[in-house]
Amino acid sequence: MGTDAPALKVENLETHFFTKAGVVKAVDGVGFSVERAQILGLVGESGSGKSVTGFSILGLVDPPGRVVGGRIEFMGEDIANADEARMQSLRGNRIAMIFQDPMMTLNPVLRIETQMVETVLAHRKVDRAAARARARDALGQVGIPSPDERLAAYPHQFSGGMRQRVAIAIALLNDPDLIIADEPTTALDVTIQAQILHEAQKLCRERGTAMIWITHDLTVIAGLADKVSVMYAGRIVEAGAIDDVLDHPVHPYTKGLIGSVPSRNKRGAPLYQIPGMTPALLNLAPGCAFRERCPRAAPACLEQPAPSEPVPGRSVRCFRPYVEAAS
Amino acid sequence: MSGSALVEIQGLSKRFVKTLDLAGKLANKLGSSIREETVHALDGVDMTVAKGEVVGLVGESGCGKSTLGRIVAGILAPSEGRILYDGRDVAALAPAEAKAVALKAQMIFQDPFASLNPRMRVRDIVGEAPLVHGLVTRGELESYVDEVLLRCGLDTSFKRRYPHQFSGGQRQRIGIARALAVRPDFIVCDEAVAALDVSIQAQILNLFIKLREELGLTYLFISHDLGVVEHISDRVYIMYLGRIVEMAVTEDLFAAPNHPYTKALLREVPRLETRHSDFLPVEGEIPSPLDPPRGCHFHPRCPHATRRCGEEAPTLREISPGRQSACHLNDGV
Repeated sequence: MGTDAPALKVENLETHFFTKAGVVKAVDGVGFSVERAQILGLVGESGSGKSVTGFSILGLVDPPGRVVGGRIEFMGEDIANADEARMQSLRGNRIAMIFQDPMMTLNPVLRIETQMVETVLAHRKVDRAAARARARDALGQVGIPSPDERLAAYPHQFSGGMRQRVAIAIALLNDPDLIIADEPTTALDVTIQAQILHEAQKLCRERGTAMIWITHDLTVIAGLADKVSVMYAGRIVEAGAIDDVLDHPVHPYTKGLIGSVPSRNKRGAPLYQIPGMTPALLNLAPGCAFRERCPRAAPACLEQPAPSEPVPGRSVRCFRPYVEAAS
Repeated sequence: MSGSALVEIQGLSKRFVKTLDLAGKLANKLGSSIREETVHALDGVDMTVAKGEVVGLVGESGCGKSTLGRIVAGILAPSEGRILYDGRDVAALAPAEAKAVALKAQMIFQDPFASLNPRMRVRDIVGEAPLVHGLVTRGELESYVDEVLLRCGLDTSFKRRYPHQFSGGQRQRIGIARALAVRPDFIVCDEAVAALDVSIQAQILNLFIKLREELGLTYLFISHDLGVVEHISDRVYIMYLGRIVEMAVTEDLFAAPNHPYTKALLREVPRLETRHSDFLPVEGEIPSPLDPPRGCHFHPRCPHATRRCGEEAPTLREISPGRQSACHLNDGV
């Protein structure tokens, strides 16, 4: 495994759902890469395909959905076409996922200890005592007080924030190279969210874990991520370094999204409104999916824009990006 | 301020008691000592909302902010304390007056999926209450509903549809239209934009601001989202575990928070302007309201806590004009 290969490289990923009513292109030509110790923010609104992207990487898309195209390279290895046995040896081991609802990870009728030890033993040839010690360390790592005693508890005996920590501890158990976090703090309070973000950040910095942080919340990404990809209707419409994208958005959708977040300098003034709503992905008309809501739409937008680089280091799918002619 | 107060709350407390079931009573007869569980959701809350003002109420889950909203909107009865509406004690009003006052205070809920009856058409959801309360006659109803829907940015041709045929943002508009249909003065918004996508949230916030200007509405805006509250509110109350810990004009509060809890909260709000931040969270979690800590409720998590904080609950008092805080540190101890 080459040291210069990114932790994850996704190219042209296509995940479609074949429903009776027609084909839903939930993910349609998505590409990005994440280096070690880097946090990528994958931002989008409901139905933009950001979660399906995460599931596709892990090979967890259920029928009628299917990954129909693209490359997924994990530490230099193509896993888009890997068999189920290979994926099983990667999931929960080299690649871990954290869900919005920790109860998706946790089994309500088993003690935390049982679930954590099982996860270790599935991938490591160690004895139970060593697996238990690893589980205890992982709980301590995510800031759960008295981890030795808490191992014996059931999921319902934890608060929401604590449960999410347990889910993160399980993700950490086998020291993964990549963690995909799908809205893990959305249901949590501000102070608890900050605690979880703190743990995530520590993990990246200290162990070099790569992370994909999927969220609808630009403000969380602003503090956490190194780079950001903005998704709209199954495609990445803008991607770049976090400061560049947030300070100088180029795609009309990104600009609209940032304008609609309440922030200090806009107090009391009307927020920017993106007119209309997210289009249904079923039988989406060809062309740019944002054009109906776009203030800069032009006849050219009836065609699908290919990714271009109107400013250095930025990938944008738009025929009419906000770029000054001078620069 | 009290002269123009539309809603004034004095010493409001709310306790929820879980009474013993049969097994518990039997066990007690046999000599065990199982107690009834009491949740102190609200503990002596004072609040004023002036006419035309937007008051923000911020707190984390379980702090009692929704309970307060429900009591103010007349959905729940307080255990102790008084609510004055336009200077009159709501509990002491004659039935007919009480009904009129109840209509003047309306509520908008968080979940636009759970708060609309799925088996009623939009026309009936919005039109039912004004008809029942005699605000409009049956003949005027159609045009009245149209007017309310248009005001809330809904297409009147949709009024024969059912709630499930609408998106989340549109449903929230229906909820707002339902509240506005009885011509209220005062609206309690309980996490009204929390379930919406960012771009839809902006649309609804703009609608609130527009309606306030057009109809002279007064809002109590309950939210855990400080960014949203800062955007829309004139004045903000911060709540922690059933008590108000700080109140100030929005600009002052965000510029210089006084209470350690407010400081922690503001520091941890993710903002677009905050990049590559080092998250330094406040330790611990909100204690259970079943068994709140003695003294100041925040002292187990407070970095400045002294012995006094663990023994004596600080009172909410004015520390500078227009600003109240409940913290012993302000006494210079």
